Amino acid sequence: MLGLNKKDLQLMLIVTGLTMLAPFILNPFPESSGMAQFNAGYPDLMQRFVIFGIFAIGFNLLFGLTGYLSFGHAAFLGVGSYGAIWMMKLVTLNVIPAIFMGVIVAGIFSVAVGYICLRRSGIYFSILTLAFAQMSYALAYSVLTPITGGETGLQIKSTDRPLLSNLAEGETGRANLFGMDMRQSFELNVGDWLFTFNAGYYIAAVVMLIAFYISIRIFRSPFGLMLRAIKSNQTRMSYTGLNPRPHTLAAFVISGMYAGLAGGLLVAMDTQVGPERMFWTASGEVVLMTILGGVGTLIGPVLGAGVIKYMENILSKINKDVLHEWFAFMPDGLEDFIVFLVYPFIGKGWHLTLGILFMLVVIFLPGGLVEGGQRIGKWIKNRGKAKDTGGSTEPAE
Amino acid sequence: MGILEVKDVGKRFGGLQALGDVNLSVKENSVHAIIGPNGAGKSTLLNCLVGKLIPDTGSVMFDGQSVLGRTPHEINQMGISRVFQTPEIFGDLTVLENMMIPCFAKRDGAFRMRAIEDMMREKDIVEKAESMLKDMNMADKHHMHAASMSRGDKRRLEIGMCLAQEPRLLLLDEPTAGMARADTNNTIDLLKQISDERDITIAIIEHDMHVVFSLAQRITVLAQGTPLVEDDPENIKGHPKVREAYLGETA
Repeated sequence: MLGLNKKDLQLMLIVTGLTMLAPFILNPFPESSGMAQFNAGYPDLMQRFVIFGIFAIGFNLLFGLTGYLSFGHAAFLGVGSYGAIWMMKLVTLNVIPAIFMGVIVAGIFSVAVGYICLRRSGIYFSILTLAFAQMSYALAYSVLTPITGGETGLQIKSTDRPLLSNLAEGETGRANLFGMDMRQSFELNVGDWLFTFNAGYYIAAVVMLIAFYISIRIFRSPFGLMLRAIKSNQTRMSYTGLNPRPHTLAAFVISGMYAGLAGGLLVAMDTQVGPERMFWTASGEVVLMTILGGVGTLIGPVLGAGVIKYMENILSKINKDVLHEWFAFMPDGLEDFIVFLVYPFIGKGWHLTLGILFMLVVIFLPGGLVEGGQRIGKWIKNRGKAKDTGGSTEPAE
Repeated sequence: MGILEVKDVGKRFGGLQALGDVNLSVKENSVHAIIGPNGAGKSTLLNCLVGKLIPDTGSVMFDGQSVLGRTPHEINQMGISRVFQTPEIFGDLTVLENMMIPCFAKRDGAFRMRAIEDMMREKDIVEKAESMLKDMNMADKHHMHAASMSRGDKRRLEIGMCLAQEPRLLLLDEPTAGMARADTNNTIDLLKQISDERDITIAIIEHDMHVVFSLAQRITVLAQGTPLVEDDPENIKGHPKVREAYLGETA
C-alpha cells in the first residue's frame, strides 16, 4: 500500500497513530498531581516536536544518506521563515502560500550555498556551510535590517495590510488556514485530565507525516541508493560512470527545502522571526537531534528532535523549589544534599543533562536511540525464546 | 587500429619523468598485459587512461575518440571500466545493491533523478543484477554486507560490477596483488572465462608473471617510463632487454 513495503508501512502507521493521538499520549498525568509539570501535551510544545521533526528528517536525508555533515542548516530554516513572514505581511494571511514561499526561498538559497560548498567534502564542507550560516546570521542581524528587521526581527503588526485580506482598520492579522485560526483549540476535560486539540498542531502534524512519507520513498528509491553509494565509496561511484556532484547537490537542496518547510511552519504557528533562528547553535542542535535519534534511520531524527525539545521545555522548567518539594519527605540535611546534587542538571543546567545523555548514546549506542530500541526488542525476544527451550540455546560466542 | 591507441604520452611529476613517449596499441577483443618493475610508470599510465591524471603530452584515443580532459565518470560511460588494486566496492551496502548500481549507471547515465520510485520494483535492474551475481557464483551472497566478504569475493564482486556495465575495455590494476595462490588461480580462470565468453578487450597491469603468461595474448614491457618491447608472450620470456630491466644489468 502507498508504494511502501510491509515494514515501512507499519512504521508509517505507527508514526501516524502517535502524532494523531499526541495530545493524549503526551498528557499522561492528571492536572492536579505533582507530575503534571512533565506533561508535554500543550500546543506550543507539540508544534515544536513535529516542526523540528521535519527539520531533522530533512537534515538526515543529507547527513544520513550521503554522509555530508552540514553545520549550517539553521540558515535554511531562517531564510524559509523570513520568506514565509513576508508572504504573510504582503500577500495573504493564509498559511499555505506562506509555507510554500518558505520552501521555495530556502530551496533557491540552498542551490547557491550547495553549489559552492559541495566543491569540498568532509570537514571542509562542514566548515564552509558553517561559514555560510554565520554570514547569513550576521547579515540578517545588521546589514539586511530593512528586510529582516535586524535584532528585533519581524512580526505581523497592526499596520500590515496583506493584499488578499479584509482586515478592519487597526486590526492585527492572524495566521489562518482558510479562516481557521492557528491558535484555535478544542479542550477536552476527562476527569482530572485536560487534553488540548490545537488546529496549528494538527496542520503541522499532517505536514510532518507527508514529509516523513516522502523521506521513506527517497530512502528506498534508486536516488537514495546512489546517495548511500556516495557515502560508502565515492571513488567506485565515479568509476562506475556516475557523477557524484549533481547527486549530492540534489540531496542538499531537498534537505534545505525541508528546513525551509520547518521554518515556514514555525512562522505559521507563531508569526514572528528573529535572526537568532540562524545562529550556529541552532545548526548544532539539528546535528545533535539526528545523531541522538540515529543517523541514517527513518524514525531516529524525529525521536531525537522530540527528546531534545522535551528536555529544553520541560527539564528547564524545574527549579530549586520544585526539587525541595519532591524531596521534602527526607530529613532536612539529606534533602539539602540531594537537592544540591541534582540542581546542576535541571533548570538552566538542562544542557548538562543533554550533554551527558548525548555522550552516553554516542559511546554505547552509536546507532542512536533507534539502536537502543532494537537492542531492547532483541533482548525481550531472546528472553522469551530462552524460556521456551528451557535456556538450552546458549549462543556459541 | 586498436580499440585503445596511446600516442607519445608523457607525464612529469616535478623533477621525475614518470612517463616519456609511451606508445601503445591494444587490439579489440584481446588480452593485453603491461608489465614492468616497480616505478616503471604502469599505474601512472593507467591513471592517464581513466581520467584520474591528465598527461602533459601526447594523446589517448578510445574507439576513435579522445579521452583526455574528460572526467572519470565520462570515460566510464564511453565504455572503459576499471578494477582497482585493492577492491573498491560499496562496503556499507549489500552485495545485491552493489551490483544494482552499475546496472542503474548503464541504463540511466551519469545522473538521473529517480527519487520516488522503489528501487526493488525496477524489475529489469534487479533481474540483471541477480543474473550477474549468478555468473560470478555469488548468488547465495545477495544480502551480505559487501564489506564482510573475503578479499577474493570482493574482487569477484568488483569485476562483476564492471562487467554489468557491459564495457568494451576492462582495465585491471594488479588484480591478484596480495591474494593467496588459490584465489589467484580462481581469478585467472574467471578472467579467461570472461575474455572467451564476452566481446570485451582486457588490459591488465600485473607483477605476477604466472598471471601474465596464463592470460595475455600480447605484452608490453615498461621500464623507467618508456616501453621497452611489445611482443607476443613467447618472445617476451627470453628477451634480453626484459631480463635486464627486471634483474638488473649484470644478469
